[in-house]
Amino acid sequence: MPSPSAASVQRLTLAEPLTLDSGQVLNGLEVAYETYGSLAADRANAVLVCHALTGDQYLASPHPITGKPGWWQRMVGPGKPIDTDRFYVICANVLGSCMGSTGPASMAADGAPFAMRFPVITIRDMVAAQVALLDALGIARLHAVVGGSMGGMQALSLAANFPARAAAVLVIASAARQSAQNIAFHEVGRQAIMADPAWAGGAYYAGRKKGPEAGLAVARMAAHITYLSEEGMHEKFGRRLQARPDGTAGAKTFGFDADFQVESYLRHQGLSFTDRFDANSYLYITRAMDYFDLAEEHGGRLANAFAGSDARFCVVSFDTDWLYPTAEARSVVHALSAAGAAVSFVELSAPFGHDSFLLDVPALDRVVAGFLGNGG
Amino acid sequence: MTALRPDLAVIAANVAAGSRVLDIGCGDGALMAALRSQAGADARGMEIDAGGVASCVARGLPVIQGDADTDLAFYPDGSFDYAILSQTLQTTRRPDLVLDELVRIGRKAFVSFPNFAHWRVRLSLLWGGRMPVTRLLPVAWYETPNIHHVTIDDFRSLVAARGIAVERAWYLSGDRETSAAAANFRAEHAVFLLSR
Repeated sequence: MPSPSAASVQRLTLAEPLTLDSGQVLNGLEVAYETYGSLAADRANAVLVCHALTGDQYLASPHPITGKPGWWQRMVGPGKPIDTDRFYVICANVLGSCMGSTGPASMAADGAPFAMRFPVITIRDMVAAQVALLDALGIARLHAVVGGSMGGMQALSLAANFPARAAAVLVIASAARQSAQNIAFHEVGRQAIMADPAWAGGAYYAGRKKGPEAGLAVARMAAHITYLSEEGMHEKFGRRLQARPDGTAGAKTFGFDADFQVESYLRHQGLSFTDRFDANSYLYITRAMDYFDLAEEHGGRLANAFAGSDARFCVVSFDTDWLYPTAEARSVVHALSAAGAAVSFVELSAPFGHDSFLLDVPALDRVVAGFLGNGG
Repeated sequence: MTALRPDLAVIAANVAAGSRVLDIGCGDGALMAALRSQAGADARGMEIDAGGVASCVARGLPVIQGDADTDLAFYPDGSFDYAILSQTLQTTRRPDLVLDELVRIGRKAFVSFPNFAHWRVRLSLLWGGRMPVTRLLPVAWYETPNIHHVTIDDFRSLVAARGIAVERAWYLSGDRETSAAAANFRAEHAVFLLSR
């Protein structure tokens, strides 16, 4: 049985220029991707997994920088719900990111990094890059496209804009548009990055200059709160105090060190994030999410977005997810019902907030396995 | 696979082959699975309980977690050949409005429900003076999901008042049919085929 860690590491350079929603054109676009399992002779067993805001293509293989297991290792692999013994699973780093696909840290034609000269991109642009990858891999129609959070936005966008390319669409903890509240949180993150003097208008790549690590860490801390639930945070940290280096536990410092465990946890999350993520990519990808409104793209009526689709859909939300709450999922489901699509929807109960889609929720495993495995 | 519940068996036997069907309150999907395999139907479902929905999706059945009282409005007129509401009408907040939705969404609708005027129910009230607990109404009054008990005669007068046509009806005692004449007394449950 092949181990997911033995997966190939690959990168495609698009022969054709990609015209973006903004009207700008990207030449020589690179798409870094990973694949797991093998493509069947009829090329009909491919599953495209789309990653979230700060995710990457290392779906089920160790991250090359952090060494941590793949971000969906529990879901993808031999005998797992997305079964690599059956499916050829593809995961590509999104356009604008920083793990090998073209983004603001990539070199522009003049040999210097794009930085803020990188064009503003959209979710549909990301999907167009994924579809170009499918073309290059010779995959006309996916068995399924799957995504959580921003990955779910890509899955919906693919279903709407490239309806022939996927037979099934699985959308988890996501929405057909970014809410005002979510745009607001993103703006907090972007302003934290831009307020860091080390951001330097985005031109921090030259030499050995440090990027806006403090700003990016704050952005990540704020965002991380939105990925958890109040209940989950209370469970995990409560009001417990940090152990001190001298071994004393549970003492307030009467200062501004990380007294509370939750502070220490967030600081760690913020700092470790800066090791693996580019601040400008964070600006561009959050912007793409903010611009996402699938109904707006289709004449203001979400059902129109799916009028041309004959795919099966499955939409999943979590009861503690306040970032992409069930009401958002329901509006997608109602639109799909109005469009006559075959759609399943379930709100699962899990304590982990938005992050539930990444964590141990056995009911999600059953739904994913059932939806991908049956009714084909 | 276990045999279908009698009212579901009646419905399954009377859905035209290849129909588009919406099963509202589909539970674990037993009827949908039967309609799919026996009648080649394009069967969709709605179920309020997340566990039921997860079981259906795990079986490859397209089911939406939703509430008959609130989530039927999003389906276009005539989007299904049949809308099916089995043993669920008496659990809805507004059975009258749900009936309207059924015959709007479906060109035809199947509705089945336990008959609260069955002689056992009457005896239980008459002699026991207590809310009946029977085979088809197995839960005590304080925890039953059945908030709008209905009799066959009540149902007949409701559909007449709302201008809904009864195309056919089946009256069941156990798994045997009984006559229409004494149905309100003798039938434990009933299945109606309706149209607007």
